[in-house]
Amino acid sequence: MIKGGIKVLNPYMPYPVRIDEIITETEDRNLKTFKFVFLNPGDEEKFSYRAGQFAELSVTGKGEIPIGIASSPTEKGFVKFTVNKVGLVSSYLHSMKVGDIMGIRGPLGNSYPWDTLEGKNVVIIGGGFAFTTLRSSIIFMLDPANRKKFKNINVIYGARSPGMLLYRDELAAWEKRDDINMHITVDAVNDPDWKYNVGFVPAITEKKAPSADADTYAIICGPPIMIKFTQPVLDKLGYGHDQIIMSLENRMKCGIGMCGRCNIGKEFVCKDGPVFTLAQLNATPREY
Amino acid sequence: MKVIKIDKKDWAGGIEKIQSSYRLYGPVKSDAFHDFKALEKGELPDLNFSNTRVSPKSVVYPQSEVMFEYSLDEKDAEHHILKDAAKDYSPKAVLGIRPCDAASFLLVKRNFDTPEYKDPYWIKSYEATTFVGYACNNPCATCFCTTAGSGPFNEEGLDVLLVDEGDCYYAKVITSKGESLLNAAGWKTGADGGAPDKIAALEKEAGSRIASSVTTGRLKDKKTTELYEAPFWEDVSFACINCGTCTYLCPTCWCFDIQDENSGCSGVRMRNWDSCMFPLFTIHGTGHNPRGTKLQRVRQRFMHKLKYYVDKYDNGIQCVGCGRCIRSCPVNIDIRKVCDMMNSYDPKACACPAK
Repeated sequence: MIKGGIKVLNPYMPYPVRIDEIITETEDRNLKTFKFVFLNPGDEEKFSYRAGQFAELSVTGKGEIPIGIASSPTEKGFVKFTVNKVGLVSSYLHSMKVGDIMGIRGPLGNSYPWDTLEGKNVVIIGGGFAFTTLRSSIIFMLDPANRKKFKNINVIYGARSPGMLLYRDELAAWEKRDDINMHITVDAVNDPDWKYNVGFVPAITEKKAPSADADTYAIICGPPIMIKFTQPVLDKLGYGHDQIIMSLENRMKCGIGMCGRCNIGKEFVCKDGPVFTLAQLNATPREY
Repeated sequence: MKVIKIDKKDWAGGIEKIQSSYRLYGPVKSDAFHDFKALEKGELPDLNFSNTRVSPKSVVYPQSEVMFEYSLDEKDAEHHILKDAAKDYSPKAVLGIRPCDAASFLLVKRNFDTPEYKDPYWIKSYEATTFVGYACNNPCATCFCTTAGSGPFNEEGLDVLLVDEGDCYYAKVITSKGESLLNAAGWKTGADGGAPDKIAALEKEAGSRIASSVTTGRLKDKKTTELYEAPFWEDVSFACINCGTCTYLCPTCWCFDIQDENSGCSGVRMRNWDSCMFPLFTIHGTGHNPRGTKLQRVRQRFMHKLKYYVDKYDNGIQCVGCGRCIRSCPVNIDIRKVCDMMNSYDPKACACPAK
């Protein structure tokens, strides 16, 4: 019972969801994709999101974790998140079963700058398990209603080995399309039948990424080491720092810019980000 | 402005009347220190204090607060679904709050009441509260409120301001919320025509006793990355033991943590004050920590209060000059000195050897 006071929507209250499907994505079994269905019919609409946003997955009794939304706004009836098994909440989540009840709070954060990207060439550069919101973006752009809004789409995506690539069926399907240029790569491979690239993401970027012009934007998402070595490549290819778009991660609790821990300077990664241009990041302390 | 005169012999009776319609908080002495506590029926606030050890922020924003309750028992129909915890947002009043502390709520409000998101717990609690201030006739040596956007008789954030005038209190009525409280207490006698002059004289006297200050005017023009990379952080943080006392006592520190706490088959999701002084505050699941060293954490505290906040809200510094962090710091870190260093920092003039 709430006694007195004004009516305010509670941004800390998650929408209750049921786990509808769990897919083990990688050969090390550390990455699973969870497909959630909202328990209350109206909640899916309230959770209307854009590619690049994230949500707090709320495992009742354990806590919350901020995870990028892997499904696309064009996919209806469910939301998907791919979760790496790391800490208390994510480890427990990995032990949960189809049918279990938990919560989702969001959508949170900004998104990739879709208004800016419209009418542009988009180069997506991803590494490891940081491919989740990039998957959301690709599905979104390839949707028949959206594809004509973008010019060339190039995707450079690398993992340690073929078995560590996420969404392998979808990658294979995108390879066959002529409206997206896929450049899949692995650090090393034993399989003689491997038909894609071998090499680190920065090297493949240097070979395959289109050179920069005013109409070309790169979205980079990956481990710090990949970003560190890819950025000089993009510089060499002539990308301006406001044409390089990055999505950050930091420890978060509230997800709405209030609890104080995820800031980089005056910006909160949770609310003002997680997506920033490199030009923006150049002006803030690198506390991520 | 209306001024009520409260004869000190009518004080206890009025407090008792207030308590029939308000939950009352006030300074109470325990051991050697005063702190704000919920007053029992008939208990009087002890106004014989300069300021409390801990700020009164907990009156609005408890150190620990249950947000939701849940059941983990799969036999329950709505197991694993969070339910709002019971809350009491009936009227409450804090009596004897110093003007600097009252002003701090306006600063903190900018964090919790934003155009995009509203924190329902903080906002409802704040709106339920009537703030009865107590002017500082005798500020402490560590007070620098007058250069930190407040002052010993500052009225911002207050509903009533009490001024001690020997055998009576003058009560300046600042808002209608304050007037309701005075009515509830039965304090209705208008002060004599000389009251405003007497108050003004006391205010002038108090202001002249504020011996310390900060300079903040150039903070806004400094480049964030230059201040961040300034060489003085090494010196500032050298002695810090990351105890977190500063953030715990501070009226304008608002950071919090959210945790689930289970007991058998049920539990609560709660939030607790947290501190940027602690490495766990920012550590990633991978073990990577963007603020893994104490230098980074000390710098974050000062940069937040004196630069990020200044840039974000264009409304002064995130500090009201209460001086608690200076008085209680075990290693004598002084925000006044740090503020002046930041305000006067010129990277080009720096004589330190280049790194």
